[in-house]
Amino acid sequence: MRVKVLSRNPDDYIRETKQDLQRVPRNYDPALHPFEVPREYMRALNATKLERVFAKPFLASLDGHRDGVNCMAKDPQSLSTVLSGACDGEVKIWNLTKRECIRTLQAHEGFVRGICTRFCGTSFFTVGDDKTVKHWKIDGPGYAGEEEPLHTILGKTVYTGIDHHWKEAVFATCGHQVDIWDEQRTSPICSLTWGVDSISSVKFNPIETYLLGSCASDRNIVLYDMRQSTPLKKVILDMRTNTLCWNPMEAFIFTSASEDHNLYTFDMRFLESPVMVHINHVSAVLDVDFSPTGKEFVCASFDKSIRIFPVDKGRSREVYHTKRMQHVITVKWTSDNKYILCGSDEMNIRLWKANASEKLGVLVPRERAAMNYNQKLKEKFQHHPQIKRIARHHHLPKAIYSQAKELRIMREARWWKELNRRKHSKPGSSPFVSEKKKHIVAVVK
Amino acid sequence: MEAVAGSGAQGGPAGGGKKKKTMKKLQRYWEGAPQPDPPAAASPKAKRRRNEKTRPRAGAKGSPEARKGLRVSGAAGRISGKRDPFPGAAPLPRHKVKKFQRGRKSQLAGASSRRLRDHLALLEQKVELAAQQAARMELLLPEEPGFLEGDPGEDTCTIAQADIAQAADIASATKHFELTLNQFGPYRMDYTRPGRHLLLGGRRGHVAALDWQTKSLLCEINVMETVTDVTWLHTETMFAVSQRRWLYVYDNQGVELNCLKRFNGVLRMEFLPYHFLLATASETGFLQYLDISVGTEVATICTRGGRLGVMGQNPANAIVHLGHSNGTVTLWSPNVKEPLVRMLCHQGGVRAVAVDSSGTYMATSGLDRKLRVYDLRAYQPLQSLVLPVGAGHLSFSQRGMLAAACGDVVQVYRDVPVQPPHKPYLSHTLPRAAHGLRFCPLEDVLGVGHGSGFTSLLVPGAGQANFDALENNPFRSRKQRQEWEVKALMEKIPSELITLDAGQLGRVDAITMEQKHQERVERLGFDPQATPAFQPRRKLKGRSSAGSLLRRKKKVANEEQRTKIRKSLEQQQAAEREPKAAPRAQRSALDRFRK
Repeated sequence: MRVKVLSRNPDDYIRETKQDLQRVPRNYDPALHPFEVPREYMRALNATKLERVFAKPFLASLDGHRDGVNCMAKDPQSLSTVLSGACDGEVKIWNLTKRECIRTLQAHEGFVRGICTRFCGTSFFTVGDDKTVKHWKIDGPGYAGEEEPLHTILGKTVYTGIDHHWKEAVFATCGHQVDIWDEQRTSPICSLTWGVDSISSVKFNPIETYLLGSCASDRNIVLYDMRQSTPLKKVILDMRTNTLCWNPMEAFIFTSASEDHNLYTFDMRFLESPVMVHINHVSAVLDVDFSPTGKEFVCASFDKSIRIFPVDKGRSREVYHTKRMQHVITVKWTSDNKYILCGSDEMNIRLWKANASEKLGVLVPRERAAMNYNQKLKEKFQHHPQIKRIARHHHLPKAIYSQAKELRIMREARWWKELNRRKHSKPGSSPFVSEKKKHIVAVVK
Repeated sequence: MEAVAGSGAQGGPAGGGKKKKTMKKLQRYWEGAPQPDPPAAASPKAKRRRNEKTRPRAGAKGSPEARKGLRVSGAAGRISGKRDPFPGAAPLPRHKVKKFQRGRKSQLAGASSRRLRDHLALLEQKVELAAQQAARMELLLPEEPGFLEGDPGEDTCTIAQADIAQAADIASATKHFELTLNQFGPYRMDYTRPGRHLLLGGRRGHVAALDWQTKSLLCEINVMETVTDVTWLHTETMFAVSQRRWLYVYDNQGVELNCLKRFNGVLRMEFLPYHFLLATASETGFLQYLDISVGTEVATICTRGGRLGVMGQNPANAIVHLGHSNGTVTLWSPNVKEPLVRMLCHQGGVRAVAVDSSGTYMATSGLDRKLRVYDLRAYQPLQSLVLPVGAGHLSFSQRGMLAAACGDVVQVYRDVPVQPPHKPYLSHTLPRAAHGLRFCPLEDVLGVGHGSGFTSLLVPGAGQANFDALENNPFRSRKQRQEWEVKALMEKIPSELITLDAGQLGRVDAITMEQKHQERVERLGFDPQATPAFQPRRKLKGRSSAGSLLRRKKKVANEEQRTKIRKSLEQQQAAEREPKAAPRAQRSALDRFRK
């Protein structure tokens, strides 16, 4: 007779001393893990609930400006530095880790219309209502020194925006026309115009660095190539575009923030219809900025909220608002993909987490593993109705909520009317126009 | 070992230089220090030669010729100049990976968009990798399951428990013991899920909880009432006892925690560990579910099946099986007031029901003295065997052994679903008739409660050898148990999710157009697509008589059908009108001029 009876040596399973970690032998045999799917579902449900419980995105408010914050710029070299320009012509430089202002300078008389940093992070440019372009050093003057710009360029007209080239000593301003300047000269290298109108913003493409995009007040978006003396092409929309932002990962994609409450993501090769229409705001969108991953962007709106959209989704992932935040004029996504900054009418700059429920600080490996596991579970079960309902739930201020409801009713009414009209007219005489094509008036080359 | 001999011959000096180059030897770490040799480019043919052919040659070690042959000429990649003799991952047998694969692969061709297809392909890749890694991990499991083999010509069922205990190691020998409790028997019993604690309940009121491995008593009380069944709740700190009138919950010190008067006349209990539900079957034919985490009664079902003295649970999907005196077994979930399945299993009443741990097989025994095994996927009988007395109690072990208590004899069968056993694997005679029977989880132990106490039997190969400590840890500390309890409560499965197929939640809910329409009709309260019934307009006086109205209605009612018939007729006629080409055999030579 040969016999072996299961007999476990406790020494193999129990830790020797209290200082040791507990031993956790695993066996992944599915037979030992019954109810896999329902248990995972419950875990996903709990994780989704906890995500909503811990969704506390607001971190800090930077106060100190004496008028509404009109523009902001990130420092390309330092994560903790951010620059902001206010409506009273004041520029402040902030340290985000200490959450304090490290330098204040009176840059312009009247509004600071635009601010941008040089790619090297040692200096920055401002334009203002006093028709000047000023070039400043980031580091302040020594003790008892005077705040003086490195250069000042006096222009003939008001400049409304500025952006710096990502690699070369060239910057572009906009106003009555788009001017491209060499840093060393006091007159523009070239001026680009297409029709007579005022241009509200100009942006350099971060990848194809010779490309520029601009938004004009006669409802068009114009694309330029710096190497040519004429603009490339323009698309005319049915409402004015306030600003645009290039995707930092995909060279030919940009998103425009429009006055008609929507954002449009365009492929610059096919401007006939946008890649995606982002509909969620209930008032004009004033600013937009991409995350450094190029997968999401944040936009600021006149409806006193900021929203985060995935690039390929028409609806926002997240909406941030506080009781005290007024019309948000400018917004920036920090280069470490963790924080969002927004400057608003009531003189404050607010710091938010980009991922509302993220835990800040160093994570223990076990914590990180649990977080990753929960994230995967949420993804796996995201389409289950119960989980979807909880994940989608966001609190909205009453004003935005009722406004959104009203807009929805209006949209539905329009849809019905169109449907009825189509039903009672000759087939083919009133064709169906998709939401994407609806807002494009023309593309001119 | 031809390969070994052959290599020795070829590796010798007579082999010739050219041959030696092709017959490379494997360098093993135990074969002494390798001689430093200049890296030379190996011929592609030699490179292709892999483990199977080269492996046996490693046997010819020691001889200088063999050592010369060991030189590995391939220098690609390694700093040391050595080439990996077994490149790539170690091969994995298919059946081992299959054990860890769940569900079917997703159909990539059916995906509508390229992005979705790529996403699915990536997911499939990850799932496959996970299965492979889990299969590789199996090699590292520390324990081997037990076994019992008789001498040639010796049946294992003739081997006595005392002999097994003597042959086994000391630690295992202590697991065979007998508690003589003559006063308050017969005894029902239950083990906790990690298998360390034992609960005994004598019919005349004796309830005892003990750590059976160390033989230390947790508590011992007499409830001074008839005890019909006992069961542990989710941990070893609480147990439920069904007494003459009501259901009681005690803690492991014997303090009464709760008396549930809504649960009266309970005969059998089953605890569903992942749902925290205590299912009870009463003598009045009620099946009740108690959520022990919040203390609410989840469902009360009148089974209309008479006295419910036979109960079992399916551990894979938490369905409760009830046996009835008319020979049927019914399957219940708390969400449905009717049985999910009703199976006629025996002529005469059902005496015992047990379901195996995978939830695939069900064993029943009845008053017709038959033991039957059913496949629960098809609800078909697989095996049927007649036992001399008939089994009064059945229990499946984790590794699929089936124990049957026939009067005072306990028999254990192996592989019952696969082949009809003509002899039991083990057999043991008790002092008196058995009253309760359970395999101890994670141990090779079968506990039997009987008229004069409790007997713990050794059944080698019954228990799962390697446990998962996050699921069931018999060696867990108090802190670990508390942490486990919190986690288990967090992922308590709601009773609404108890269905016949536990994995249904993970599948795509492919709703048909018809269902969608039906749901819409239910939601709206009317059918938006239905054509309204024809209501003839009221016409001038005299022309709207009841008869003419009816005629007009009829005309419209059949209009649709008529158009359909008309169309099909037209098609038929059109097909007939078309000139058919005559079959080749009937064609004449002049047919070629026909238009």
